[in-house]
Formats: sequence, structure tokens, C-alpha cells
Amino acid sequence: MNNFTYTQADGVDNAVQEIAGHSEARFIAGGTNLIDLMKEHVMQPEHLIDINSIHLNSIEFLEDGRLHLGALVTNADTAWHPAVEKHYPLLSDAILAGASPQLRNMATNGGNLMQRTRCYYFYDTTTPCNKREPGAGCSAMNGYNRIHAILGTSPHCIAVHPSDMCVALRALDATIQVKGLHGERLIPIADFHRLPGDTPQLDNNLAHDELITGIILPREHFTQHYKYLKVRDRASYAFALVSVAVVATMEEGIITNIRMAMGGVAHKPWRDENAEQWLKGKPATQENFAYAADMILQDAKTFGTNDFKPALAKRAIVRACREATNIG
Amino acid sequence: MDQVAASVMVDQPTHTITLTVNKITYELKVLPWVTLLDAIREYIELPGTKKGCDHGQCGACTVLVNGKRINSCLTLAVMKNGADITTIEGVAEDGVLHPLQQAFIDHDAFQCGYCTPGQICSAIGLINEGKATTREEIQELMSGNLCRCGAYPNIVAAVQQVNGKL
Ligand SMILES: Cc1cc2nc3c(=O)[nH]c(=O)nc-3n(C[C@H](O)[C@H](O)[C@H](O)COP(=O)(O)OP(=O)(O)OC[C@H]3O[C@@H](n4cnc5c(N)ncnc54)[C@H](O)[C@@H]3O)c2cc1C
Ligand code: SF4
Ligand code: FES
Ligand code: FES
Repeated sequence: MNNFTYTQADGVDNAVQEIAGHSEARFIAGGTNLIDLMKEHVMQPEHLIDINSIHLNSIEFLEDGRLHLGALVTNADTAWHPAVEKHYPLLSDAILAGASPQLRNMATNGGNLMQRTRCYYFYDTTTPCNKREPGAGCSAMNGYNRIHAILGTSPHCIAVHPSDMCVALRALDATIQVKGLHGERLIPIADFHRLPGDTPQLDNNLAHDELITGIILPREHFTQHYKYLKVRDRASYAFALVSVAVVATMEEGIITNIRMAMGGVAHKPWRDENAEQWLKGKPATQENFAYAADMILQDAKTFGTNDFKPALAKRAIVRACREATNIG
Repeated sequence: MDQVAASVMVDQPTHTITLTVNKITYELKVLPWVTLLDAIREYIELPGTKKGCDHGQCGACTVLVNGKRINSCLTLAVMKNGADITTIEGVAEDGVLHPLQQAFIDHDAFQCGYCTPGQICSAIGLINEGKATTREEIQELMSGNLCRCGAYPNIVAAVQQVNGKL
């Protein structure tokens, strides 16, 4: 690790003021991503602001029935919180499919949203990478890209966002609550993470001087028809090659509402509203799900070692939809 | 209170912190980039906790912080100021092995032993959490601890022997 200075923030305003005054400072929460990247010299902040003493560590219902998850609540406490288990079981399942029990005891909800790609070349400072060093080139494009994106890529970067939690948040239509020097902002999860475009160095739309204070889950609960399916190279403690989060409502075998979000395929959790719209009002059948999966993957572009991904993604969508709608 | 002096370079931003490790409170002077793992091994000189990968990928560095299992390689000592920490050296009481230590012996749950301190601390954390009952659940919730000798079936058997009985 490079040398850095360290302070503890005691409140949201104090944290925001401190980061605003220092362009090379970073917040540290659980540390599970940032310390790893600092040990690899991928991130070299000059100053760390520890936000663990800020009181953003509770999960509470808002007056209108939505659920507010504090940014500093750990992933483990979120997944096992009675209100999350009862009303948002998809989110519990997705969180518990990620990392390990020890890591989930440290990782926070804010840090999970902000975690960076696991692209091997991003981690290897001896290879060119546009995300680390804009303009340097992308080593993954013609390299080993088994874990890389197939949707929404750009000629500058084909990295994926590695989170499981965020895929569930996308299916649930969560809102990210952030606070900056000029007040509070609410960012729909769909607009939080970015596609790489020609600015692959930017993972998301959070400004440097903004702090994530919480995640708001809508009142719609989807407790009957939901599935988080994660496909990976080993049974546990591995990032997704492809993951699918499905929530649905059904009436007599007919899909009345459905949302499908995917991980491991793009620079952000991926959703295709056209395919969801197409499924609405149709019976939950293997054929209909396969047709929707084809729609979602129709523009997929592969890069060699990830040529297997569109087929895998389609099968994963069909299986997740079948299991969510109880057709087996 | 034991005083532990870390090697300190002039003009470095040291922090004075206290860590209670296995019921003894230590006052440490640490630089901000010292991980909790290095503080435990190098400064407090408790080398039972192991460094495997140093990147959160193996679980060898697992310790209990305020009763919860974490990877000590991915947190900073300064961030744990005031915390109550248990390492493998602190799980036996009054010279009697912790039931999990005994179970690991009973089931021959290690070969080289490098992963074992982390496995045992992780299993204590798992039992505290109370979320695993079946063999499959134990396997899933022990997946944060790799064993390169492949003692997995025996480790799971050892955890099963103690699970629900503490
Ligand atoms: C071996 C390993 C395996 C893993 N496997 C998985 C997996 O399978 N699935 C998965 O989803 N994840 C996985 N993870 C990633 C893990 O989920 C993330 O590292 C974790 O969620 C990050 O949270 P943190 O609190 O530790 O973040 P930190 O490391 O503390 O911070 C990460 C970034 O977020 C910023 N940040 C933190 N909190 C805030 C805030 N409130 N506001 C603004 N910025 C903030 C920090 O400045 C930093 O840049 C794995 C990690 C490891 C090490
Ligand atoms: S895919 Fe993105 S993160 Fe990976 S090497 Fe290319 S530019 Fe860097
Ligand atoms: S040394 Fe900490 S997880 Fe491997
Ligand atoms: S006993 Fe050798 S690594 Fe587990």
C-alpha cells in the first residue's frame, strides 16, 4: 500500500465537507474492496475518511411503507434483517450468493454499490487499461475475457460490474440516496451505474464530493414469485459468470408483471424493458421465456473467451423465470 | 495495559489505538496502512492468525471482532480502535481446548494446519450466527475458508459435531 493519512468522520456533513476539500481522498467503509485495490496499487488515495462512525447503520420503514437501508449496514445484517427477509427475499438471496460470510460481515451497502470491476487487467498495473488510465488501451478486448461483458460494451472497455446485490436492487427498482455539499439527491438504480462509453474510468454517476447515505426499496414486495440465479465457476465464493434476478406477479398462469435484471453481462446491472413488456399478459411457459431471452441477448457481442456467455445467459434467464413462476 | 511499540519512522502519521485481543488490552502506535492482520501478528506477536492471500480470498486470517468473523487482512488496525478481538490463541479457556479445537482433532480435520486457525474462528462465528443446521448449510457458510490440503469433509464433520451444542 502507498502511504496515506487517515481521519474518522463523525457525521454526514462532516464527511462530505472533508471529501470535497481533497480530490485525492476516498471514503472507507468495510474496506473489502478499497484495501484490496490499494494493496495492488490500483487505487492510491492520499487520504482515507473512515465513515464507520456515521450513524447510517439502521434499516427502517419510511412513513409511506418503503424500506430504507442505511449505507453503513453490513451486507450480512441486511440479508438477515427480518424486514428484508420477509418483504424482499430476492435481495437476501442475492446478497447471500456473494462473497463469503466473513466478507459480508464487513462489506457495507454503500461499498457494495461502489465496488469496482474484477477485470484481471484492471487489477494488473503492468498491463494497459482504459479504466485505470484513460487512453492507455484495453487489454481485455483481445486478451482473456472469460468474465467480461457482452451487452452495452464500448471499444474502450468491456468490464462488468461484479455485484450480486446491485442486480437484485435493479430488479426491485431501488433508489440510491446520496448527500453532497449542495444537499440531497435521489438516483434511481437504473441511472446509478454507467455504461463504459468513452469514459470507462467512471463506474457510476456519484460525484466525488457525494456520500451514499442509503438505499430505498419500493413498497412492491414480490414475495411469491422471485428468483436469484447465479452461475459461476465454483459452487460458492466466486463472482458470477452470469446472474439473473427475476421478480414477477401472476394470475392464473398469466404473467401480470415481470422484471428481469442480469449481472455478469454488462458494466451495470442489465435490464431490457421491451422483453419484460413482451412477456406481460402472456402465459408463463418455457417458449415465452426463451423468446424473451432471445430478445434480451439479440445485440450481444462477444470477444473470444466469453463466446459462451450469450447461450449461458439465455439458459439462465429461462431457468430463473421458470423457477420464479413455479413452472419448474 | 501492555504497551506495544511499532517501528515508527519520523514524520509519519502514527495513531495510538487500543485493541483488546483475547481479553488483554494493548495500546499500539500504528501507521494507518497497517492491517489488523499485521497488527495482530507483527505488533501483538500472536502469529496463530495466518496470512494466506492477503486479499480476502482464502479465510486464513479470520478472527472474531466483537463476536463476528471477519477477514483481518482487509481491514486497518486504526479502523478497529477499541474493538474486542478473539484469535485462535484465545479460544481455549483455562487450559481446556475449545469444543471446536477438540472436534478438529477428533475428526482429523487438518493436514498441514495452515488454514486451521481461520477455520476454527470462522466456525465459531458460524455457530454464533446460528444460520446453519444442515450439512449443506455448513458447507455453504464455511465456504469463506479454503483448505489447500482438501480436508473439507473432515472439517464439515468437526463443525457438525459442535454446531448447536455451544
Ligand atoms: C474475495 C472476494 C470475493 C467477493 N465476491 C463477491 C461476490 O461474489 N459478489 C459480490 O457482489 N461481491 C463480492 N465481493 C465484493 C464485496 O461485496 C465488496 O468488496 C463490498 O461490497 C464492498 O463494500 P465495503 O463496505 O467493504 O467497501 P469499501 O472497500 O470500504 O469501499 C469501496 C468503495 O466504495 C466507496 N464507498 C464506500 N461507502 C461509501 C458511501 N457510503 N458513499 C460513497 N462511497 C462509498 C469507497 O470510497 C470505495 O471507493 C467480493 C470481495 C472479495 C474480496
Ligand atoms: S475491460 Fe475495462 S477494466 Fe478491463 S482492461 Fe479493458 S478497459 Fe480495463
Ligand atoms: S489472508 Fe485474509 S483472506 Fe487470505
Ligand atoms: S490443513 Fe492444510 S490448508 Fe487446510
